[in-house]
Amino acid sequence: MHPMTPAPYRVLARHRETADTVTLDLVPAGAAPLRPFRPGQYAMLYAFGTGEIPLSTSRIDGAVLGHTVRAVGKVSEALCRAERGDWVGSRGPYGTVWQTPPAGSDVLIVSGGIGLAPLRPLIEEVLDRVGEFGTVSVLTGYRDPGDQLFLHDLPRWCSRADVRTTVDRPEPGWRGAVGLVTGLLDRADFRPEHCAAYLCGPEVMMRATARELLRRGVAAERIRVSLERNMRCATAWCGHCQLGPVLVCRDGPVFGWDHAEGLLSTPER
Amino acid sequence: MDTTTAPLVELDEQGLAALVEALRQRGYTVIGPTVRDGAIVLAELASAEELPYGWGMAAEAGTYRLHRRQDRAAFAHSAGPQSWKTFLHPPRARLWQAARAEDGTVTVREDDDPPPRYAFLGVRPCDLRAIAVQDRVLTGGAYADPVYGSRRAGAFVVVAECTEPSAVCFCASMGTGPGLPQGSSYDLALTETVEPWRSPGPEAGGGPRYTVRAGSPDGEDVLAALPTRPTDGEHARRAVAEAAGRMGRTMDPTDLRALMAGTMTAERWDQVANRCLTCGNCTMVCPTCFCTTTEETTDLTGDHAERWRRWDSCFDLDFSHVHGTGPVRSSARSRYRQWLTHKLGTWHDQFGSSGCVGCGRCIAWCPVGIDLTEEVAALRAEAAASEAVPPEGAP
Repeated sequence: MHPMTPAPYRVLARHRETADTVTLDLVPAGAAPLRPFRPGQYAMLYAFGTGEIPLSTSRIDGAVLGHTVRAVGKVSEALCRAERGDWVGSRGPYGTVWQTPPAGSDVLIVSGGIGLAPLRPLIEEVLDRVGEFGTVSVLTGYRDPGDQLFLHDLPRWCSRADVRTTVDRPEPGWRGAVGLVTGLLDRADFRPEHCAAYLCGPEVMMRATARELLRRGVAAERIRVSLERNMRCATAWCGHCQLGPVLVCRDGPVFGWDHAEGLLSTPER
Repeated sequence: MDTTTAPLVELDEQGLAALVEALRQRGYTVIGPTVRDGAIVLAELASAEELPYGWGMAAEAGTYRLHRRQDRAAFAHSAGPQSWKTFLHPPRARLWQAARAEDGTVTVREDDDPPPRYAFLGVRPCDLRAIAVQDRVLTGGAYADPVYGSRRAGAFVVVAECTEPSAVCFCASMGTGPGLPQGSSYDLALTETVEPWRSPGPEAGGGPRYTVRAGSPDGEDVLAALPTRPTDGEHARRAVAEAAGRMGRTMDPTDLRALMAGTMTAERWDQVANRCLTCGNCTMVCPTCFCTTTEETTDLTGDHAERWRRWDSCFDLDFSHVHGTGPVRSSARSRYRQWLTHKLGTWHDQFGSSGCVGCGRCIAWCPVGIDLTEEVAALRAEAAASEAVPPEGAP
């Protein structure tokens, strides 16, 4: 099969997350499903007649693949309109994975906005085996309370991990934290020397969080981030995801901060 | 020089015509140089008569002109506006088609047309290296591009060593020409020589001669069917060796990867950005630039869709678009820097070689005459000057 040919999937369920974001749970609609995905990897999702975009997996559950899509362009808008039973094409799995934290480590997961989506399969994996780790903290930051994702998962997550949320712009009645997600680090319980950290969100948020963690003594290679660039192929042929010496589609999207810091240190503009 | 032990033989002009005919009879679509629209382009040749016999060219930064020669040389030109990537990595390629049934089920069908079988006549050593570079990019990784791979696998390659470099050529600096470097992979390699003291024209016995050697079993097979005579090839070797001394430009290849990595904040980028139009011509004519984008087309019913791939350029503002933030590289400075540092520097990290083969096309076809050899020299000088600044407190 041509590496650019999508495999047939169907929408098993569609969850509205926010005003502009839905999660599509997909199941294979053909004889040959894609190879299993690992947390951190992404697919190229195809909306018939519109086009294809890279999307991380926000759920990996047997053959079910979840993708959380925010409508920001014509393909993501088309995908957000997909309903239960609709056909969607998919290719993958592509890219590097969130490496499972070493046993005994304190797991620290920090997200900004929709950056929580690629972290969700990792959160599920860690919570399934929560006894193998020290503390597990999930710190999520959003612009507005209305941007919060996976609210239906929260009670379950909160029962097994320390989950904290902060917003930039509180609304009347908001009782959580206000401010940058780095502000939550003071309240999270983790041992820097035994910490495995996973960050996903806007680059400015990941940079600020990584610096804060370094300052507290977390080793750079134990801080992992997921980077985003334009991608057209996911197969390292199209050149769009160039980031200095790496192709994000092939060498990423997950990088250790020991590597990513240099990649992000040159202002590209 | 290529160290093949294949015996050298010689073809005359009729022999070259017989080569084109032999390739066509074997079912190849023969692509070679021909004069069109005031340039030597690469196109299908119905016969060797369409070769640019007697044409020469001159190129400089921002210019390219043909002129008549005093002899009947067919390969007395260097790179034109195209390269072989036009055929191996087509500017537009359909990847698949999809049809939607009434129940919404979509069936994706890959194109299964047999790929064209090309014979490339007159591949310059610099361009042969460019093909090797694209081989690594498009078929050397975890995923092999079937569009490129199928065309490449079926291609018969006839190299023409270079004896007439132009003013924008610097293959000798890059170690890619004008003769075939060691370890090159090809089917036939020929070297054209003309003897100017004889009157032109095959009738007078003064036409071009082609010293030929085979580099593959297929090449041996084709060569065996041609009217050849033995030669020691000495005149051909001499012509290629002399060409190496007539390169119009040079680029110091020392540590280009490290130089590029260290120039990210160089002032020279501002200087070149003042001239660069970000038109992308350099990326279109470059024989190794491989970037593409994808396009989705639908018919009027909306139930038939096609996925097309077309060449794209890192100079295009949309190239690096990321939702929410817009183009990652929004300035001319950052886009020219991306192109040059990738070509000469980070290409090594990504694909294990330089992306530059020294063909000079980007110099000739830049509408404002930006010359990468000049830019590299300036960047090198700027780096040397900043290193030469004595540390504070030094005497």
